[in-house]
Amino acid sequence: MDIDEVRKKKEEWDKKCLKPFLERSGERQEKFENLSWIEINRVYDPSSTEHLSFIDDIGYPGEYPFTRGVYPTMYRGRLWTMRQFSGFGAAEDTNQRWKLLLKEGQTGLSTAFDFPTLMGLDSDDPLSDGEVGKVGVAIDTLKDFQILFDGIPLDRVSTSFTINPPAAIILAMYTAIGDTQGVPRNQLRGTIQNDMLKEFHAQNTLVLPPEPSVKIITDIFEWGVENVPKFNLISISGYHIREAGSTAVQELAFTIADGMAYVEAAIERGIDIDKLAPQLSFFFNSHNDFFEEIAKFRAARRMWAKIMRDEYGAKNPRSWWLKFHTQTAGCSLTAQQPLNNVVRTTIQAMAAVLGGTQSLHTNSFDEAWALPSEGAVRVALRTQQIIAYESGIPNTIDPLGGSYYVEWLTDKVEKLAWDYIERIRKMGEGSMLRGVFAGIENGFFVKEITNAAARFQREVEEGKRTIVGVNRFTIEEELKIPILKVDLEVQRRQIERLRKVKAERDNVAVKEALDWLRSAAENDENVMEPILEAVKAYASVGEIMGVLKSVYGTYKKPIII
Amino acid sequence: MDVDEIVEGILSGNKRALARAITFVENDYPEGKEILKRIFPKTGNAHIIGITGFPGVGKSTIVSKLTQEFRARGKTVGIVAIDPGSPFTGGALLGDRLRMDGLDSSKKLWIDPGVFFRSMSSRGRAGGLAAKTGDAVRLMDAFGFDIILVETVGAGQSEVDVIEVADTSIVALMPEMGDDIQINKAGILEIGDIYVVNKADLGGADKTERWIKAMLMMDQEAVEILTKTTHAQEYEIQTGKIFDKIPRAGWSPPVIKTVADKGKGIAELADAIEKHFDYLKTSGKLLETRKQRLSREMVEILVQEIKNYLKETDKMNFREIVEKVSKNDLDPHTAVEKIMKSILKDY
Amino acid sequence: MERMEKKIRVLVAKVGLDGHDRGAKVVARFLRDAGFEVIYTGLHRTPQEVAMAAVQEDVDVVGISLHSGAHMTLVPKVLNFIREYGGDPDELVVLVGGIVPEDEFDDLKALGVDGIFIPGTPISEIVDFIKEIVPKKKGLKAKS
Repeated sequence: MDIDEVRKKKEEWDKKCLKPFLERSGERQEKFENLSWIEINRVYDPSSTEHLSFIDDIGYPGEYPFTRGVYPTMYRGRLWTMRQFSGFGAAEDTNQRWKLLLKEGQTGLSTAFDFPTLMGLDSDDPLSDGEVGKVGVAIDTLKDFQILFDGIPLDRVSTSFTINPPAAIILAMYTAIGDTQGVPRNQLRGTIQNDMLKEFHAQNTLVLPPEPSVKIITDIFEWGVENVPKFNLISISGYHIREAGSTAVQELAFTIADGMAYVEAAIERGIDIDKLAPQLSFFFNSHNDFFEEIAKFRAARRMWAKIMRDEYGAKNPRSWWLKFHTQTAGCSLTAQQPLNNVVRTTIQAMAAVLGGTQSLHTNSFDEAWALPSEGAVRVALRTQQIIAYESGIPNTIDPLGGSYYVEWLTDKVEKLAWDYIERIRKMGEGSMLRGVFAGIENGFFVKEITNAAARFQREVEEGKRTIVGVNRFTIEEELKIPILKVDLEVQRRQIERLRKVKAERDNVAVKEALDWLRSAAENDENVMEPILEAVKAYASVGEIMGVLKSVYGTYKKPIII
Repeated sequence: MDVDEIVEGILSGNKRALARAITFVENDYPEGKEILKRIFPKTGNAHIIGITGFPGVGKSTIVSKLTQEFRARGKTVGIVAIDPGSPFTGGALLGDRLRMDGLDSSKKLWIDPGVFFRSMSSRGRAGGLAAKTGDAVRLMDAFGFDIILVETVGAGQSEVDVIEVADTSIVALMPEMGDDIQINKAGILEIGDIYVVNKADLGGADKTERWIKAMLMMDQEAVEILTKTTHAQEYEIQTGKIFDKIPRAGWSPPVIKTVADKGKGIAELADAIEKHFDYLKTSGKLLETRKQRLSREMVEILVQEIKNYLKETDKMNFREIVEKVSKNDLDPHTAVEKIMKSILKDY
Repeated sequence: MERMEKKIRVLVAKVGLDGHDRGAKVVARFLRDAGFEVIYTGLHRTPQEVAMAAVQEDVDVVGISLHSGAHMTLVPKVLNFIREYGGDPDELVVLVGGIVPEDEFDDLKALGVDGIFIPGTPISEIVDFIKEIVPKKKGLKAKS
């Protein structure tokens, strides 16, 4: 193809076709900016992608740089895992919901914990009052975990755990259950989110300060590569960063930066990067701008492949794969006209599939009001199943590859993300780990995210961005959807259960294990084995976290408004 | 709550009464004036400390840590924190309270019964201090706080108003603040009783400390001493220790290095503050400077009252007189003389 | 005598373990732009801390942001502590923002909440609501 001919044709089109048309009939906006404020052109053509090389930048799936997907067969070989995030009340309530979801065709489990558990507090802690079981399942001891997994075979179902400060404890509990069920540890599959850096940027589940938090994560890496080699030891997340208001570019950049920081921490510890890399996974948001999200996912894979191969020198091609889970954007759900959310979720789910996600959670339409009801979560699951089985989308790999727009946008998003990475690297004087820590301390990430959130809100308030049903196409409505409620009775029962466990367990064994943990933490040793011991003795989440807090201190992040 | 209840409340330790009174004085409600009149006899006991400095030096953290330190020493602490307001909308985002615990979430200053924290916006008044800070401080004084910390806006050039309110003025700086001349111009080096170099773990802290000490000593006596130093005193000059040896009359402002968010240097700072208060009391300077401040304050109130009178009553036909002057029928000085004659009779 | 117009003082509070602060921070900024004096508490405050701040800062409005479903426990706690520390919740405008099921609106109002703002509410609506209701509440109190 002769690019000059293309350019000449475009000029002709501009003059003879476009210009006269614009004179008669203008466009809806002066300019069209996507959600990262990247200006989007009217039309893209071969000149937009002239600078790209098919071989080097796009290529084929399953091969460096993996732009088109991490596996050569992608969904033709195996569909993405349909993994709906769920949890509420006490362990038995969640166990029941899980069994329903598995029956309805969900292929992997994903655990939502309540705020006390997320913060490492027991259900009877005064700070937990009113919060037990409300936004997820309440887990205090191994006893709860046993109930949670009652009837669920760990060798056949993989489970993801959205847990951060107490991630080590939850991994230990899962390992303990596996031991009891007789499943070999090297067969255990699942994921712990275990990404504290994004907590400091956005999600705010904060307990220990940044450096000890990363130290414990590295302990988990060190223990995990030897003990549970098939388990994803971290889910490096951009989802929450996006939910806090960042742009797609920031979501991508900060997630990759965090990933680099974790890899550097592991290398510093002396962990073999090729051993660890296959156990790293990622977690992205899928938001409203359809093509930008697809571009983002593709750019992510390409960036990570380059970083792992060229920057960190991983030798095994498996180490260069960026595998990710996606959740459709919670912050895009509206409380008004909730059924519209089914449409939003569908578009976002399609983007994730077209972007090559390994697993997917689709939000339920009632989630701007409460946790999903059974009916609503069924529709969410069906959304994935319809895309999988009826739409034809999964039948070819990376169908948008080669699209002038999508390739241009993938490249653009990648370049903007690299700019951020270099800024962070500079803050760390060459080290991404130090750069991320510096950015946490000086408020860099929070400022970027908060400013993006405020700017977006301003555009909504000014009517520049339309939210259907909210600032346009509104109706007077009376809400008539069933809402899931979690009773305060759950809290009472959970506190009683905890009391009973504490009374019936071997408290000497608990004390010994906690003392061992304290000593390991104070002597900068790996804390996983002591935690596993404590968990098996039925020490509670709060007790274990309490030891860590007393050694490492608690953290309140500098607030930037 | 009515005026009687509030006055009674303030004098009996009711925090809500204090809070309400501050609202009244801050907004110039007539009840505020009344309350101030009645509590004034109970003022004069607190040690009033002002902290000023450029944005970002860590004033909030210093205030927070000092509060903890004084609480540990058994003192009660009232804090007034002034944040800038927007000149355009008049609104303000008052962010000092939320920095009060510092980075450690186990500190409970918000609910400590011996602590009272009030955020105020500076409402565009130049000089950095909210128009009614002095009155708020008086109320806290009457309430019975041992220590009152006034944290002022880090807005740059006009930090000097803190001396209108405080017995002890603390100027906070940090290393590598850029143009030393800027700092000099701001007059900051003339007002401090204590200087703090915060974030002293950053490079350049020693240099900043020496530089401040040198600047403070820039007078005839110091220059003479410096020119007479011998080679043997090189080390002392280099480290700034020479300045400690120069005998000074009265109070020599110390320079204290702190790393406030780690709590380092805070005890020394608190010691210096207490030392200054002792000095003020024993030397008689406390009463003297308070008298001077009161005198300036009364002049200001007087001027304000005259301004208000002029505006509200127009008994002197001020507008008419201005008309005349604008037409060159009368010159400004003669016009004012006329008005003064009428005021002194009529007021 | 020249009397400065009293600025409306708003406490924007995050109570409990919920760490979602995007809404609270954006609302705080917008309220400032609307001319209010805003005090943001930061995250993970206890009901006692929020109540004490409300009393010491003598705010006109307490806005509580919650996405944890714990509002029926935490909101009454805040109001009770305000009472305990000498404040008067009846004089205060109390707002709740975040995730609240519609059938709990009346329960919250019965506790003393004046307005509930769910996701998607234009912030200008919150501003107008505050401007309208603060003088009303103050007026009521003065008469009683």
